[in-house]
Parts: sequence; C-alpha cells; structure tokens
Amino acid sequence: MSDVLTVPKSRRNIEALLLVVALGVAISANLIVGLDKDNPLDSAFWTQSGVLAGLALIFHLVLRFRAKYADPVILPIVIALNGIGLAMIYRIDLANDTTVAESQFLWTSVAMAASIAVLLVFKNHRVLRRFTYISLIASAVLLLLPLTPLGLEINGARIWINVGFGTFQPGEIAKITLAIFFAGYLSTNRDLILLAGKKVGPLQLPRFKDLAPMVVAWLVSIGVLIFQRDLGSSVLFFGLFMVMIYVATSRFSWILIGLLMIIAGGFAAIQLFSHVSLRIDSWINAFDPEVFNREAGSSFQVVQGLFGLANGGLFGTGLGEGRPDLVIYANSDMIIAALGEELGLIGLFGIIMLFVLLVSRGIRTALGTRDGFGKLLACGLSFTIALQCFVVMGGVTRLIPLTGLTTPFMSAGGSSLLANWIIVAILLLISESARRPAVTGPMKDSFPDAQDFRTGSLTRQSREVSP
Amino acid sequence: MSDLSELTLTVLRYGFLVLIWILVISVVSALRRDLVVGSRNRLGTPSARQVRKHPELVEEAPPRTTARTLVVTEGPLQGTTLQLASSPILLGRAQEATLVLEDDYASGRHARLFPQGSRWFIEDLGSTNGTFLAGSQLTRALPVDLGVPVRIGKTVIELRS
Repeated sequence: MSDVLTVPKSRRNIEALLLVVALGVAISANLIVGLDKDNPLDSAFWTQSGVLAGLALIFHLVLRFRAKYADPVILPIVIALNGIGLAMIYRIDLANDTTVAESQFLWTSVAMAASIAVLLVFKNHRVLRRFTYISLIASAVLLLLPLTPLGLEINGARIWINVGFGTFQPGEIAKITLAIFFAGYLSTNRDLILLAGKKVGPLQLPRFKDLAPMVVAWLVSIGVLIFQRDLGSSVLFFGLFMVMIYVATSRFSWILIGLLMIIAGGFAAIQLFSHVSLRIDSWINAFDPEVFNREAGSSFQVVQGLFGLANGGLFGTGLGEGRPDLVIYANSDMIIAALGEELGLIGLFGIIMLFVLLVSRGIRTALGTRDGFGKLLACGLSFTIALQCFVVMGGVTRLIPLTGLTTPFMSAGGSSLLANWIIVAILLLISESARRPAVTGPMKDSFPDAQDFRTGSLTRQSREVSP
Repeated sequence: MSDLSELTLTVLRYGFLVLIWILVISVVSALRRDLVVGSRNRLGTPSARQVRKHPELVEEAPPRTTARTLVVTEGPLQGTTLQLASSPILLGRAQEATLVLEDDYASGRHARLFPQGSRWFIEDLGSTNGTFLAGSQLTRALPVDLGVPVRIGKTVIELRS
C-alpha cells in the first residue's frame, strides 16, 4: 500500500465542463431513440432531460461546497453511463410497449438523491470505520431478508423482497456493507493475519482465530448461492472477499487458496444444483439445437444476444434501428447486447472505456488516500464495479457462463442503481480526502514539537489554577 | 421518422458514436496531468536536465542506506536488537507482536514498521499514547531514516545499518 502524492487543485471547473459533454451524450441518446415517435420532443423528453441535468447540477454544486477536492471525472462518467442506460431502456420500452423506463427514471432520481445525502451526512469516509461490525450484522440481515416471508421468488432466484410499492434486492446494498466490514476488519488486523501463523513451505498460513470473522463473511456469501440460487451475487461476494484480503496482505498464498476454493465450490455446485449444471451446459453447448430449444436452462437468451451483437457489427444499426427486443431481459441482464447491437463495436468499446476509466479512478483514489481503511474500501468498491462488468460482459459474449448480475448504472433495476450511486458517493468522499492538500505539507506546522506542546499545556493549566 | 431523411439519420447515428468517444477522450485528457510525471509531481526522480538546472534537487535527497537492525535505545528493553528482514514488524505489548514491549505506556498493538522500496516506514495503529517520530506525533505512515529516534511509550527505538 503505497502513498502517491497529488497536486492540490480542486478541478471542479473541469468537472463542470465534462458534465456538459456527459449530459450531451445522455440527452442526445434519449433524443435519438425517440425519433421514431410522432413527436420526439414531447413533454416526457423535456422532463427527463431537465431532471437529469438538474440533478447533475445539484450534485456538482454539492461537490463544490462539501467535497471540493473530490475526483473530477467520476461524476461525469456515471451520468453518461446512466443516461445511455436510461435511453436504451426507453428504446426497448417503445418496442415492447412496456413502461420500465419511467420507474428506472424515478429510481435514478432517488439514487442520485441518496448519493447526495451520503455526501451531506458523512463529512469523512473514516466515520464508516466505526460501523465495521455493525456492517457485518447488516450484511447478514440484508442477505437473509429474502428468505423470510417478505421475500419473493422470481425466475428461480429468491433475492427480492416486497417493499409495498415494488420489489427490492437487498443483496445490492449488502455488497457495500460487506466492503465496509472487510475494509474495517482487515485494516485493523492486517498484521495479525500477515505475521502470526504457521509457515508451510513457501506459504504463510494465517491462524484460524484471526480469520474467523472473514470465514463467517465467506460462509454468508456462499449461503446466498445455496439458499437463494443466485450465482452472480455469490461470485461477486467471493471476488470481493478475495481481492480485499489480497490487497490487504499482498500475499500470493491467498490467490492460491482462493482459486482452490473456487474450484472446489464450483465443482460442488455443478454436482449438487441442477440450475448451475444447466447453466454450464447452455454455455458450452450454446449452439446445440437441443439446448437452444429446451424448456429449462435454454441457451436462447445468450445466443440471441450474440446474434444481436453480430447484427450490430462495427458501427451498429443505429439507436432505435435494431431489434434488441427479441432477447429476453433485453433491458436488464442483456442490456450490453442491446447496446452492442445498436451502437456497434465502436460504441460498446466507448462504453467499456468509460467503465475502465471509472474503475481506474477508484483505484487511483485508493493509491492517493492515506489511511488503510480508505485504501481498502476504495479498492473493494471499485473492484465490485469492475467484477460486475466482467461477469455481465463475459456472460453476454459467452466467455463465461451467463449469470444474473446487473450492468452497473445501466441495467433496469432500482436497487442496483441505488447501491452503485451510493458507491459513487463513497468513492468521491475518499477521493476528496486523498486529494485534499492540507496534510501534504510538512508535519511540523500542524504538530508542534512534543516538548513544546507539553510545556505549553502545563503553563495553560497553571494559569487556570492560579485565580 | 417520415420527415427525417436517411442522411439525417445516418449523421445522427455516427454523430452519437463520435460524441461517446469525445467524452472518453476529454476524460482522458482531463486526467493527463495526473499521469504525467513532471516537475510538479514530487514522486518522480529529477531528470538529467532538471538536475543541471537545479543542482539542489540532488543534494536535497538524504543518503539512503538500508537499515539492517532495530535497536532499543531507551526503556525496559534497552539494548535489545532485532534483525530486519523484508517483512513488516509489529510493535506492542501483545504476544503476537514481533517486538513484545514490556512497557506499561505502550498499547497492545501499538505501531507497525514496514519496508517499502529501500526505506522503512512507521505507522501508528491507533495506540492510546501515540507514536513519536523525532519528537512529533505520527498521524500517518512516515519514513524512518537511520538513527532517528521513534518513541513508543517509554521505549525509544532506532534503525541502524
């Protein structure tokens, strides 16, 4: 964990400029998908564009006042991604005659408001460290909620709860609380895990007692796979667990242990759960007509997505010109295939570049910040975004089996949007403390010599006593 | 659609792709300063030309010799020495610590000494009484040069070559 010094400059004006370009992308996407309608510039278009721009402006102003030195590119990137996602969902709505875009738009507003609230409530990310063990309990509760009578089972996965006006996926919030727990626990106990314990050959194995809370967290995430049948989330939690422990200890043995655990867990899952083995089968034999046409575990979705991508080619069919609606879940699981079809390889690579830049800013934040907790938290949170993108895009392009994870900021789904916007707020908070110049100066100014300090406080005391 | 010509649609289509890449490129160029290791960035070592212009850049750098031993110069454990390897060292009263301090003013897990590059850094682990490097209290990890006293409770340690 190294420190990298940054040049102190607030750079909020650059953020404002980039925001204008990002809003340009978002609003023109919204405009182009509506061109097929009789009146593309209707009130819905103006309210959506206006509210998105307004919220972006409020967010920018809050950053100006509350987190002046926060990273300047995170917000514009996220606004652009969210805007492209909204436009695509609206475009699929037009084809399917549904109204997902309205609720997605509502959730975007709620998520941005929540993100602003996080920025206003927490002055500093270090406060979150106090919630280390509360976060562990909160994660467990959130992950267990869908198993209670509140839970709903949709498409074989029991990961939703009914919250009156709609459904919510508590697991999305759990990835933030788990990251907070891992960061808090590992930054405190890093040395114990590193130094205590037996050495077996070239590998240093930690003592069990130091690892017990980590094992509990790991069991919770594996439990998700068994009881909620959600492959994607359990891959995400396990990846988060591995990355944070590796970043904290920089021990290669963890990678080996993790790979062994993945192999063992994957093998057991294929043997024990029919839905997992069906997934694997429809991944390997996707183009087999029998697999394509079968009722359960068909490869129809992924193959149709591949046809869409092929149809898009290099430049894409153009927004609103393709047939992404032929794929099931085109607006959530398969939104990358829909975007690839209509924007082509060039457009999709642009979007992937935006994700890469977002994640790289998260990692840069981790390098820049000075406290171990902040480093681990920024690393873990940006990694969740990266891993989610990898799992989704790998699934759509048939690199790995398709799992039901959402594309951050793009897929239809309010809980995912809310969780990712909160992650953005936390990353901005950490980057603000990383780039704030006050502490980079020489320490002597703010901390007088220990000897002087002691005499100073003594004289003050005696003065207080004398009258 | 009816009133829009094929040409306009094509322009909009490619225009949108261009717009996405304009955003990507402007984000990257906004980060250019962050990527360049220049004179303003204190991380980089000065280039040959910079050294010719500003000779003080080189002289300023303290001579770096790698520390090989840790010596306790004051406190209950006075005289104890510890060979430094490449692994971090935990200082404190706890039994797990690399150097177990029998010092009532030290915390269980008081401070951590770790190597990075050719230097050793000290970091306070949230101790009750604090860690002092050359008389000033630590608020973050700082490099420890040879012969500079580090005070933990009533114990003072030093790095020697």
